[in-house]
Amino acid sequence: MTTTPLFETKNLKKYFPVKGGILNRTKAEVKAVDDISFAINPGETLSLVGESGCGKSTTGRAVLRLEEPTDGEITFNGEDFRSLSKSELRDKRKDMQIIFQDPYASLNPRQKVKQILDEAMAIQGVVPKKDRPARIRELMDVVGMRPHQAERYPHEFSGGQRQRIGIARALSVDPKLIVCDEAVSALDVSTQAQVLNLLRDLQRKYDLTYLFISHDLGVVRHISDRVAVMYLGKIVEIADKKSLFDSPRHPYTRALLSAIPVPDPDEKSERIVIEGDVPSPMDPPSGCRFHTRCPFATDICKQEDPELRKTGDMADDHQAACHHMEEIVAQYGTTPTLPEEVGNE
Amino acid sequence: MTTKDHTPVLKVENLQTSFFTYDGEVKAVDGVDFEVRENETLGIVGESGSGKSITSLSVMQLIQSPGEIIGGKIELNGDDLLQKSKAQFAKYRGNRLSMIFQEPMTSLNPVFTVGHQVAETVKIHKKMGKREAHQEVIRMLKLVGIPAPESRAKSYPHELSGGMRQRVMIAMALACEPELLIADEPTTALDVTIQAQILELIKRLQESTGMAVMIITHDLGVIAETADQVAVMYAGEVVEQADVKTLFNRPLHPYTQGLMNSIPRHDVDVDELEVIRGTVPSPAEMPSGCRFAQRCPYASEICNTHPSLAAPSNNIDGHTDAGAVRCWIYTDEWDAEGNPMKNEEVQQGS
Repeated sequence: MTTTPLFETKNLKKYFPVKGGILNRTKAEVKAVDDISFAINPGETLSLVGESGCGKSTTGRAVLRLEEPTDGEITFNGEDFRSLSKSELRDKRKDMQIIFQDPYASLNPRQKVKQILDEAMAIQGVVPKKDRPARIRELMDVVGMRPHQAERYPHEFSGGQRQRIGIARALSVDPKLIVCDEAVSALDVSTQAQVLNLLRDLQRKYDLTYLFISHDLGVVRHISDRVAVMYLGKIVEIADKKSLFDSPRHPYTRALLSAIPVPDPDEKSERIVIEGDVPSPMDPPSGCRFHTRCPFATDICKQEDPELRKTGDMADDHQAACHHMEEIVAQYGTTPTLPEEVGNE
Repeated sequence: MTTKDHTPVLKVENLQTSFFTYDGEVKAVDGVDFEVRENETLGIVGESGSGKSITSLSVMQLIQSPGEIIGGKIELNGDDLLQKSKAQFAKYRGNRLSMIFQEPMTSLNPVFTVGHQVAETVKIHKKMGKREAHQEVIRMLKLVGIPAPESRAKSYPHELSGGMRQRVMIAMALACEPELLIADEPTTALDVTIQAQILELIKRLQESTGMAVMIITHDLGVIAETADQVAVMYAGEVVEQADVKTLFNRPLHPYTQGLMNSIPRHDVDVDELEVIRGTVPSPAEMPSGCRFAQRCPYASEICNTHPSLAAPSNNIDGHTDAGAVRCWIYTDEWDAEGNPMKNEEVQQGS
């Protein structure tokens, strides 16, 4: 079964120049996103997960061309998205919306909620002016708020409510794809659950496609269909949710999964505490970027950058980038966590 | 072994901290009691605005105007800390009780090297000379797992990563071998792999020194992994208190139950997350009865009266060591009112 992806990017790169010296020349480059490819099918949620500095947010911004990518292809709905001119791009943006992490910073404090929503529709010209008040009431209702609250200013709302307003704004132009950049990270768990359920209901109702960016693997498991794990600008593993959480292959994915504290005191996880910090993306390690922290690293890992690939027993759309996948699976199986002695060699 | 084992290291009784704003008094912490023993970790969990951080700042007497501790008792190994003068208390803070914060960047002074800052603590409290202090700094930095401590001691805070900065903070906090360490969201700003390192470190240091630890967090996962005893806070009050296993295996308070069911877990699939409806009441509109009543699925007439934190009277599953809970459901009055809701149903979260 092949569906045409709604969104696809190939070999996406985003490098930021580091300037310095008297002539302000480019001294170095931060390879925030370094040659990644992925596709999202209509109605699907793909999550990008990773620690700070892995390039997940930059990816989210680059695919919308909020940051112009350095290189790579982006196809949206069968169209080459990168060749669009500025005005064409603005027009296309109504199909692609973004919800930001900080609901305090992403809403104009001087506008009432109805003005915020009205502005989005006016710019995109999707709803005629006379129909907008009705549409605003409808949107407020859709995101679980009362219509009269549209008369208020953002500061009058709690964090969760503000995030709902952000969602309403994104929905106002009938998008196909929504990039959720750490959309629930700033919220308390009880509020977070409300917003996550809302996002899921809206997806079902409007057949939305999400690119969901998060550092929280619990949230990611809840909302995703497929997950891509990023480390230092690269995708190290990509799979459907079940394969990724139940039989992860990349040592980094396993380390990440085992590092999360489980809210169950009877289940003391056998955790591998990986040593050290994430290296600087300005000067990433040669070969496999994870080799400096990987308990399985050998010489080949220092020299050759592993490609994303699939070994015999992996699910169809499951790929990981590790030279030693076969040996690790042969020795330790595919349980998400690894025995404790591995980390403490 | 001394008698220390029986008396708690820290004993807090009926702590009340309020903020006096233009809109009136905001009772951020309203009658909180707890104890922390030697070698024990107390976890305080709650969402934003629950008063958990104000509780820890009150213990350290770091509450600033318009906030004020207006009542209660804080005892460190029998010494009543609230009776001390400012100068007297300065000998305790950073010495016998110390604290690490969420954001290590803002807690460190950017214009001094980290070695200098750790040395400052030992110079003041341990009355060490310059050279001796330097040796001590190197020893501490090594203890908290900072690689190449001699050269790292010469680094400025901005030259270190978040995880390393938090290690420096821990080195500083532990330099005087405190009896109590308060860790306020110590890993919230850190990535999970670094969080795992820091939690391990705190645990290891506790094992070797026997200090009491109070860990304040919103993350129930962190609580489950680190705490021995847990206090759940909501709207300035402790609503449930129990040892960690009891709490997670049989949460009693409807808020605790809701909190646990609303966490998306990376190791379990659920279709629809349970939510706690509504939001935390604002301090100005705090209900006079149970503060959770507006959001509680079981709320009844009796909940308009403020419940007290007590051991559940009707013993649950034959257990009597069930900790304490601030909820009418677990009292004789609830049964007497003839409420249809039976305890068993509540426990199943139905």
